Amino acid sequence: MSLYQVQKFLYNLNREEKLQSRFREDKHATLATYELTDDEFTALASGDIGLLYVFGVNGQILMHYAAFLQIEWFDYLQLMRGGIDKHGPVRAGIYAMTGGGKQFAEAGKTGEES
Amino acid sequence: MSLVYAGILSHAPGITGRAHLAPNAAVRDAFYACLHKQAAEIRASEAEVLLVVAAEHFANFFMDNMPAYCLGIGEKHTGPIEDSDWLKIEKTTIPGAPEVALKIVKSMLKSVDLAYSEEWQCDHGIMVPLHFLTPNYDLPVIPCNINCQGPPLTPLSRVWQFGQALRQACDEQTERIAIVGTGGISHWPATPDSGKINEDWDREFLQRLMNQDMHKLLAYVDEEVYSQAGQGGFEIRTLIATAAAARGPGELQFYSAELPIFAVGCTVARFEITA
Repeated sequence: MSLYQVQKFLYNLNREEKLQSRFREDKHATLATYELTDDEFTALASGDIGLLYVFGVNGQILMHYAAFLQIEWFDYLQLMRGGIDKHGPVRAGIYAMTGGGKQFAEAGKTGEES
Repeated sequence: MSLVYAGILSHAPGITGRAHLAPNAAVRDAFYACLHKQAAEIRASEAEVLLVVAAEHFANFFMDNMPAYCLGIGEKHTGPIEDSDWLKIEKTTIPGAPEVALKIVKSMLKSVDLAYSEEWQCDHGIMVPLHFLTPNYDLPVIPCNINCQGPPLTPLSRVWQFGQALRQACDEQTERIAIVGTGGISHWPATPDSGKINEDWDREFLQRLMNQDMHKLLAYVDEEVYSQAGQGGFEIRTLIATAAAARGPGELQFYSAELPIFAVGCTVARFEITA
């Protein structure tokens, strides 16, 4: 799993209009420049908001991607909930941090980059 | 002194983007009225520059090189990065204040390890405040970011020192400077829990903030904040820094947890600026 790479792609996509155009024209070629697992590649190519949330993508990144995909607000929230129902709890990143703060202290090393 | 205004306000994207979905229009409009009043107060202060202490959301900074603090020294800034129809704010160019910003950076570097950038793209964290405070984008803006999104985060004790350094830097300038800190209190933005607000926690925090109760403000720890106030609660850094810069007591002008569609307890306040 390469949450860092998934988020890096979305970070770039959210802020670069040229990349947005390239992605619209050829999703697979654009995604091929990032080190993604097959599941991550597919989730990004298909705009699977629920699975991306379960991967651990920060909502502040995912929300912008959903807006880019023209997903309405309440649909966006429901897609995340549906992702948890289908795939289980968030696997990494800031939303996976529980346990009295022990994991939080490690977040910089294992959360956003795991 | 050149700091002529200090205040805080919420910046959640729903404030503009989902205004039409707010079922409680009276509360929404009362909130907007306070934001417009804040704009009038800033104009009345005759501020020449507006410095926005914000908590951006991966518009400029990512985990490949994440500064704890950064100031925008560019001649201009752009925004919003978000889809304009979604945020209900048109993409635009915002004038910067490069000379003043550079002087502030030089001053602050004496005590704070501050990054700077000549390129700045604004997300809703700055665009929503500007939409209300300077809707014609005719007031030069210095954007400032405190990393509140990608842990590890700067400790609150350092945030207070940052605010103090910012005040010192403003005091050294001849230009009239207004500061607004913009961040959420408790909120779980952009997650399935969006709309959840811990009003009791918010009101306790705001009481500490308005009272300039430094010891109680700095007593918060991130683990507790995350548990009680969500990951959005990390943005209290922007509000604490602004209080430290102002030094004087605050006046809470608006707070409401009755607009969950905006995904934050909507807040407007200003501080007295004291020596």
